[in-house]
Amino acid sequence: MSTVAGPIDRDRVGYQAVLLGGFAMIAAAMLVMGDIATRAAIEQRRAEDLLASLAQVIPADLYDNDLLADTLRLDTGDGELIVYRALEGLDVSAVAFETVGQGYAGPIQVLLGLDSRGRILGARVLSHTETPGLGDKIEVDRDDWILSFDGKSLGEPPAEHWAVKKDGGDFDQFSGATITPRAVVRAVKDGLELFAAQRDAFTASAVQQTAMDE
Amino acid sequence: MTEADKKPTPDWSRIAREGIWDNNVVMAQSLALCPLLAVTGTATNGLGLGLASTVVMVLSGLLVSLLRGIITPQVRIPVFVLIIALLVTLVDLGMNAWMHDLHRVLGLFIPLIVTNCAILGRAESFASRQAPLAAMFDGLMMGVGFTLVLVALGAMREVIGSGTLFADASLLLGESLSWLEVTLIPDYRGFLLMILPPGGFIAMGLLLAGKRLLDRRLAARREAKAASALPAGA
Repeated sequence: MSTVAGPIDRDRVGYQAVLLGGFAMIAAAMLVMGDIATRAAIEQRRAEDLLASLAQVIPADLYDNDLLADTLRLDTGDGELIVYRALEGLDVSAVAFETVGQGYAGPIQVLLGLDSRGRILGARVLSHTETPGLGDKIEVDRDDWILSFDGKSLGEPPAEHWAVKKDGGDFDQFSGATITPRAVVRAVKDGLELFAAQRDAFTASAVQQTAMDE
Repeated sequence: MTEADKKPTPDWSRIAREGIWDNNVVMAQSLALCPLLAVTGTATNGLGLGLASTVVMVLSGLLVSLLRGIITPQVRIPVFVLIIALLVTLVDLGMNAWMHDLHRVLGLFIPLIVTNCAILGRAESFASRQAPLAAMFDGLMMGVGFTLVLVALGAMREVIGSGTLFADASLLLGESLSWLEVTLIPDYRGFLLMILPPGGFIAMGLLLAGKRLLDRRLAARREAKAASALPAGA
C-alpha cells in the first residue's frame, strides 16, 4: 500500500491493478450484502406468489392446512414432482402440481389443481414464452380460455376429445395460434394421466405418509 | 473537459435538450437498440423498460461522477461496466424484495438494462467528466429521451399490431391509471409482423426518418429566418 507521503504514480501498472481489483472486491462485497439483505424478503414473496397461484386452482373451502407445508415429493419416472396437498383433517381433498407442455417458443408451465377423484378444479399457466398477442391468451388475465378446463376429467370428455377443435377435440384454438393451446391441452392431459396412474400415491392420507416417513 | 473548465455551472437547458432531442440515445446515438427492439411490442412495456433504465442511468451517473477522480483512463471501461452491473443487480434484488408487484411486471426488463450500451456511453462521455449533479441530470434527461422513444415505438407497434394502446397499463402503473388502456380497433385480427422483431426495425426506421425530416425542416426554417433578417438589418 502506498503511504500518504509522496504522490502516487497513477500510470503505474500496480495502481491500475489495485484499483480494478479493489473495485471488483467492493462490488462483490456489496452484492453479498444486497443478497443477504433481500434474501428473506424475496423468499417470502416467492412463497406468497406460489400460494396465490395455488389458491386459484384449489378452492379455499377444500382445505384447512398450510398448502406449502404439506407437500409430497413423488417420483414420476422422469424426475421428482412436488405435489401440494389440500387436507381436510387428514384426508387429501385436492392436490395441485405442475405439468409442462412444449409450446411454440418454449416450455409452458401449467399448475393443475385436481380433486381427489381426478376432476379438474382449475388450471393456470405459471410461465411461458409464447408470442405476445397470439399465444398469450392462455393467461387467465388476458382470456377466459384456460377456465374451459374446469370440471373436466380424464373420462369427461373421453380421451379422444382431449385435443383442440382443429384436431377433432373439444377445446378452442386461437386464430393464428394452434400450437400453443394444443401444448396446454396436452400438458393438462399428461397431468391427468399421471394422477390416474399414481392415484394412490397422490391421495395417500397424511397419516399413512407420516407412518411411511418413520 | 475544457468545456467544463470554462463553465463552472453546467448548462441545464442544454443538457435537457441534448438528452431529449439533439443527442437522443436512440434517435441520434443509435445506441440501446437491443433492449429497445426486444420489448416495444406494447407502449406499456416500453414505458416499463424506460423507467427502469432511467433509474439506473441516474444512479450510474452519480457514482461514476463521484469516482471520476480515482478512476484512471486505462481501466475506466471495466470499472464502469462493473459499476453498472452492480447497480442493475442491486436494483433487481431490491425491487424483487420490496416492490414485488412492480417487479413482477418489470422484472423481465431489468436484466436487459445491462445490455444497454447507452448507459456505458453516458458514463464514458459525460459522467466521467462532470460534477455529480450535472451527471445525474444528464442521466435523467437521457433516460427521459430513451423512455419517450420507447413509448412512441411501443405505441406505434401496438396500435398497428394489435389495435390497442397501453394494454395492461394498470398492471404496471396501478388501477388508478387503467383509463390509459384503450382499444382503438375493436375485433381487430392483429398484424403479427409489427409485434415481432422485424416490425420493431420497420417502426424504428420510420421514426428515424421522421426525426431527420423534422430536423431538416427546422434547420431550413432557421436559415430562412436568418436570411430574411439580414437584409432587413442592413
